[in-house]
Amino acid sequence: MDQDFINTLLLTGKLAGWTTAILFVVGFPLAYLLAYKRFWVKPVVEALISMPMVLPPTVLGFYMLVAYSPQNAFGRFLSDHFNTRLAFSFEGVLIASVLFSLPFMIQPLQNGLTSIPKSLRETSYTLGKSEFTTFIRVLIPNMIPSIITAAAMTFAHCIGEFGVVIMVGGNMPGETRVASIAIFDEVQALNYHTANQYSVVLFIISLVILTLVYSINKRNPINL
Amino acid sequence: MNIENLRDKTNFDSPLGVGGSLCITITKAMLTSEGTTNLEVCTEINDNELLCLFGHSGAGKTTLLRILAGLTKPDKGLIVFNGMVWFDSEKKINIPPQQRNVGYMFQDYALFPNMTVEHNIRFAQKTKDKNEVDQLIKLFDLEALKNQHPAKLSGGQKQRVALARALAAKPNVLLLDEPLSALDFDMRLALQHEIRKAHELLNTITLMVTHDLQEVFHLATSVVILKNGNVINQGKPVDVFSQDKTPYLYLK
Repeated sequence: MDQDFINTLLLTGKLAGWTTAILFVVGFPLAYLLAYKRFWVKPVVEALISMPMVLPPTVLGFYMLVAYSPQNAFGRFLSDHFNTRLAFSFEGVLIASVLFSLPFMIQPLQNGLTSIPKSLRETSYTLGKSEFTTFIRVLIPNMIPSIITAAAMTFAHCIGEFGVVIMVGGNMPGETRVASIAIFDEVQALNYHTANQYSVVLFIISLVILTLVYSINKRNPINL
Repeated sequence: MNIENLRDKTNFDSPLGVGGSLCITITKAMLTSEGTTNLEVCTEINDNELLCLFGHSGAGKTTLLRILAGLTKPDKGLIVFNGMVWFDSEKKINIPPQQRNVGYMFQDYALFPNMTVEHNIRFAQKTKDKNEVDQLIKLFDLEALKNQHPAKLSGGQKQRVALARALAAKPNVLLLDEPLSALDFDMRLALQHEIRKAHELLNTITLMVTHDLQEVFHLATSVVILKNGNVINQGKPVDVFSQDKTPYLYLK
């Protein structure tokens, strides 16, 4: 196997890994708010988070490119203060990927939280425990299957992402050329053998991850 | 007792002299199957009382317990425990459940599934004390079960663990929401004894929701009868039920 092939797969794993890690940190507080708190814009927030499930990736990709452009406020700010351009860079793809994978992290976590009986939380409060302690000691240990599902689905979805990456990142080896892009590229160049190698790897990884998710949730069914 | 008198009392420099008495004057709109009714309760519960809340479903028994625990917010009113204001709608005081130190036992017992029996009890302690956990485990006959997770326990065993856990926090008030309703008859009789034991150990107020007259007579030092959100009678069980030859009328 040549170095290019391995680098592309490593980059794919790096993007999916970072996306999952970032969403893990962002996802818990967000899922907690959506599961337990009431606020008037909640339906809008929920709809926005779920948008990537129905929206063409090219739409988000397009708006990300617009935002990254130095002609607009966000892009100009980055370019002036950090001398950074996000378009066609790994970081740019990563931000888009985090936004685009939000529902795959949030929804299993939110379902996990709401499926825990309210009486467990309330008992913990009456025993003098803060919301944070209750979250760490009572809620998280009782939603492990949901947490694994959330992480696995985010990772798997990220590995399969194509539209957002090609819009925001293009096809730059070592920077933004992930496996799904490489397959498209190799087919265009009539390198069916290499395209097949990438495809087999993605197929197997996705199958293993989804099998893991379904076997974990066999005993604790959670709506994905 | 009216609300102004209560307010005056709380202005004393020293706490109320009557030990751990609980004064309640609250109003809360409730949604029931028959539309909205107001829960209106105005009562004073003396220290050491084991009080049963008796009445049909939807009368507001559980809502009252939740209000006392700080889990549900009343619309209006005042709750004072031992000179300390827990809730005052006028002064916008609402002490959160964490600071009220009540022991609340849910109908489903709400044992933490991820913890063993021993860890459930230890979790409740404000200051960790292994000896005390061991004593509670012994007292409620849980030695053989202490390393089990709640999923493996029967209803009666869960109830005993829940009681032991509630006691481990040394609560000011013990609130029990239909603690025996999910158990069969023999088990009920056995566990009534455990509840009395818990009450005597704490030496404070216990409030218990029940549908069962036999439980009231067996356990309660006083009883409050709720109907459609209103207290229609209260006092010693013998006095309350002898005023009416057919106490089951209260249930209809």
